[in-house]
Amino acid sequence: MKMITAVIKPFKLDDVREALADIGVQGLTVTEVKGFGRQKGHTELYRGAEYVVDFLPKVKAEVAVTDDMVDGTVEAIVNAAQTGKIGDGKIFISELNEIIRIRTGETGDDAV
Amino acid sequence: METDVIEIKYALDTFYFLMCGALVMWMAAGFTMLESGLVRSKNTTEILTKNVALYAVSCVMYLLMGYTIMYGGSDGGILPDSWFGNSIANASAEEVLAGAAADAGDYTYYSGASDFFFQVVFVATAMSIVSGAVAERMKLWSFLAFAVVMTGVIYPLQGMWKWGGGFLDAAGFLDFAGSGVVHMTGAAAALAAVLLLGARKGKYRADGSVSPIPGANMPMAALGMFILWVGWFGFNGGSELKVSDISEANAVADIFVNTNAAACGGLIAALITARFMFGKADLTMAINGALAGLVAITAEPLTPGPMLSTLIGIIGGTLVVFSVVTFDKLKIDDPVGAISVHGVVGIWGLLAVCFSNPDATLSAQLMGIGVIFAWVFGASLVVWFILKAVVGIRVSEEDEYEGVDISECGMEAYPEFVSGTK
Repeated sequence: MKMITAVIKPFKLDDVREALADIGVQGLTVTEVKGFGRQKGHTELYRGAEYVVDFLPKVKAEVAVTDDMVDGTVEAIVNAAQTGKIGDGKIFISELNEIIRIRTGETGDDAV
Repeated sequence: METDVIEIKYALDTFYFLMCGALVMWMAAGFTMLESGLVRSKNTTEILTKNVALYAVSCVMYLLMGYTIMYGGSDGGILPDSWFGNSIANASAEEVLAGAAADAGDYTYYSGASDFFFQVVFVATAMSIVSGAVAERMKLWSFLAFAVVMTGVIYPLQGMWKWGGGFLDAAGFLDFAGSGVVHMTGAAAALAAVLLLGARKGKYRADGSVSPIPGANMPMAALGMFILWVGWFGFNGGSELKVSDISEANAVADIFVNTNAAACGGLIAALITARFMFGKADLTMAINGALAGLVAITAEPLTPGPMLSTLIGIIGGTLVVFSVVTFDKLKIDDPVGAISVHGVVGIWGLLAVCFSNPDATLSAQLMGIGVIFAWVFGASLVVWFILKAVVGIRVSEEDEYEGVDISECGMEAYPEFVSGTK
């Protein structure tokens, strides 16, 4: 089992959710986050004075999947979240030791 | 005139006065919303507390002594006849009718208590101006202590000099509804406070450049502007003091039209000026612009026509954008732009009286500006200085960082994560 964590542009969240639903991913957890990568920040203006916004708003989506679903999930996220412009975000994949469904007590692949 | 007509005119003028006073009272809500919108969310409860408390303090102090100082008569035109006491007095029906019979043009035509009510809400307006400028860093109780002196003595004394028939009035200084007596007065006290208080932490970078601190809630700020705008019809319209005959009714209608025109001119001018200077349509500047237009027309909302009123507002709205930027560069940190809107543009409004009122003289206007500013700024500086030395006027750096909602009031405006409900 793997945990796939995607940091994406907020306006792409709906597209990513639909793409994941299409390939049969059954759950998704999202968090509103702020951060920067190579895009860095940008400047804004308030009452005539400039200020730098160092951290830009992003959405962090976390999906737990079985090993055979990893490639399809990554492909779906990349296709849905890509704009080709700087700031599209990143996908992190990490090992998942265990999953437990609280309602039934099922574990492992059955609980995904 | 028939007795019935005199009685109905008395009732109508009193009613008009009371309703205008109620509109001006509503400006307290406008200032409260405007200021809460332009501060950060961690300072919301405190600015609300400050605004509701200053209103009550102002009314009590004006009742205890302010009204007597301002309208209780003065000997020599500089000091009042008496300093304390209640000088609210309603004339009886017999007195009014006898006065009308003796002189049809000059008799008591509205209730004395309605006069007090109309005047007391003006004091609160002047004090509200101070609260915005010192937002996010001043100690609540030091502010309220200053409010006691400001609304009990500092404001009423200069008010007496003009509206109480004192020496500024005798010198020919004109200020119809208070560009100077109310607005510049509030701004002068605010300027004295800000100079002793210093800028908010984080407002200036190490190299001295301005690091803006955006307000938390633009809907609140916009709502505050419209509430103030509505209240201003009472502020200027009520200052005509009478509505019960054709010429007075026409005058009141002219004042409403001119007041509205100046606000619109100010808003458009500030919006466009900000667009050209900064490249973006800055809502906070547009709001300041509308208020600047209103302040500018307050010294003389009757004699200019609507076209000239719009122009007076346009100049006020343009001025305010440059003024806000300049005060920022001078490191005079005014989160809501109160000193620019009410002070700089208040002075402009007092000078603009000369364009439309043939009774106005530039020398008398300059004298009024100089005297009121010197008194209010000087007296306020002394009071703030004493407060700073005795109890302190600024919260600790840690409290300022955490937000004064918690340190001063012990509650957040938007408590998302509170302790358990069980």
